[in-house]
Amino acid sequence: MTADIKCDDMTITYQRPDAFTDAHTHYCPGCTHGVAHRLLAEALDELNLREKTILVAPVGCAVFIADYFELDGCIAAHGRAPAMATGIKRVQPDKVVVTYQGDGDLASIGAAEVMHAAVRGENITIVFINNAIYGMTGGQMAPTSIIGQKTTSSPQGRSVVQSGHPIQMSELLAGLAGSAYVVRRSLHDAANIRKAKKAILTALKVQQAGLGFSLVELLSTCPTNWGLSPMDSLAWVKTHMLPIYPVGDFKVADGVKEVMRDGVRSNS
Amino acid sequence: MTKQLLKGNVAIAEAAVRAGLEAYFGYPITPQTELLEHLSARMPELGRVFLQAESEVAAINMLYGALSTGARAMTSSSSPGFSLMQEGLSYIAASDIPGVVVDVMRGGPGLGNILPSQGDYFQVTRSAGHGDYRPIVLAPASVQEAIDFTVLAFDLAEQYRHLVIIALDGLIGQMMEPAELPPMRDINTHRPDWALTGAEGRPKRMISSLYLQAEAQEAVNRRTQARLKIISENETRWIEYMTDDADYLLVGYGSAGRIAYSAVQSARRDGLKVGLLRPQTLWPFPSERLHELAGQVRGCLVVEMNAGQMLDDVRLAVNGRVAVDFFGRMGGIVPMPDEILGAIQQMQHERI
Repeated sequence: MTADIKCDDMTITYQRPDAFTDAHTHYCPGCTHGVAHRLLAEALDELNLREKTILVAPVGCAVFIADYFELDGCIAAHGRAPAMATGIKRVQPDKVVVTYQGDGDLASIGAAEVMHAAVRGENITIVFINNAIYGMTGGQMAPTSIIGQKTTSSPQGRSVVQSGHPIQMSELLAGLAGSAYVVRRSLHDAANIRKAKKAILTALKVQQAGLGFSLVELLSTCPTNWGLSPMDSLAWVKTHMLPIYPVGDFKVADGVKEVMRDGVRSNS
Repeated sequence: MTKQLLKGNVAIAEAAVRAGLEAYFGYPITPQTELLEHLSARMPELGRVFLQAESEVAAINMLYGALSTGARAMTSSSSPGFSLMQEGLSYIAASDIPGVVVDVMRGGPGLGNILPSQGDYFQVTRSAGHGDYRPIVLAPASVQEAIDFTVLAFDLAEQYRHLVIIALDGLIGQMMEPAELPPMRDINTHRPDWALTGAEGRPKRMISSLYLQAEAQEAVNRRTQARLKIISENETRWIEYMTDDADYLLVGYGSAGRIAYSAVQSARRDGLKVGLLRPQTLWPFPSERLHELAGQVRGCLVVEMNAGQMLDDVRLAVNGRVAVDFFGRMGGIVPMPDEILGAIQQMQHERI
């Protein structure tokens, strides 16, 4: 059988997206940031947006994201990425502006900035990584940490009395009139990863169509700070995070379905 | 052009428009709000960007984003709001991008009051944010100077790729005076070679203030310091009045400097040889000229609307050559020329 295969039959089925640089990422083994990066890069390639996109990095593990993407980029102050993206987008409405933020960045210190970006219907796209912990600073409790979750700043486990409840950002943001597309997806298995990719594509199309604020929340892992193996981490997303953070479409505004069905008609 | 009666805040706003302002982001706070209000009507009328942010924190970071695209953009605030902008100011300065920020100073500390003050002198001149740098600080003493310095601020910011702060006390912001606005400049659509415009047919660009390696961070800091030295050599600005034969020297900026001007006239009528040095740039500070004049006079009197902040810079400049006294009012109280004259007379009795 194998002797019959000729070189002419070989086609490239998997390669580095154009939107990626050839840099090696600094992420820990088993961390799903790499998967999320890949999905964003593929989506930018497929929509041919690499040369018109400006990427706003957060403070947190993804602070180096702009090093990994072959795009114009910048690093916002902690939590301020939606504000910085607003400034970029308002003076260059024809460009695509994407922020990539973790849960400490977006749901805690930057809660006001993301809320008001959504309220204004700011025509930007946010990829929101929720792994229920602060990664970069070494595993402290995040606003998204689940009840009972042990972290370096909640060694007895997160208690409601002490720290309140986990914050569900997608549900919250979906309630704001300016949100056009707000969904949650998960990166814990291949089927969900494929759905996440589709959601990122839709979010970018929503921005291209000028429909307003789009955000894709991605349930992600942090094996190092969770103290779990990569495989156990994926299982933990399913068993511990999905019950509190169900995947779903929380806001699909008028016009979004047309974009999903027909693609983008104009860049206005 | 003819002169028209203009309020300081409105004059700065309109001067910025005419200097080619492309985007403004701000948040209401007294006594600078007229600046924001003027632009809220004017910018959309011209098809330019005006956005009222949810906070000063957001406003300064929106500005950071707009500046990263190479656009002429600015924000403005007053003392408590300016405090909230410190984070963003530091990032803008660290990114080597040109930015203009207006601080209309009010009584403090804390919530203080909405009356005029110069209480932010330390904050604006020392670094205006965490880290290790200094912004250029322009201190107008009249509505006309506020207009002129607004245009100058954009030019200096872009020439040096540096942060420029226009620091004025609330009196200049609120006062109406006849002044002449500059002609309307075209928007500069040219984008510099560091601007984030999308990597179309060119290598990607990065705007960042992150240098994890100590050597890299120090190299950036050294570059900043080298730039500050050039700015210091070329952009130090001040006004002198009757210093040629002065026995006593007043030093004051903004409204305090202008009131000190009246005190000089009163003192001269009384036969006292008093002169005035009014710094127009609080950084770079006219230290060399002050040092020279200190060799000529019998005493210096620093006049400020605070507890004595520029006083430190004057003492550093004078470096013990002559005694340096201080007269200040706080809490939003504006000093009167007679009070300053009294302080001069007291100094004269003590120094003879």
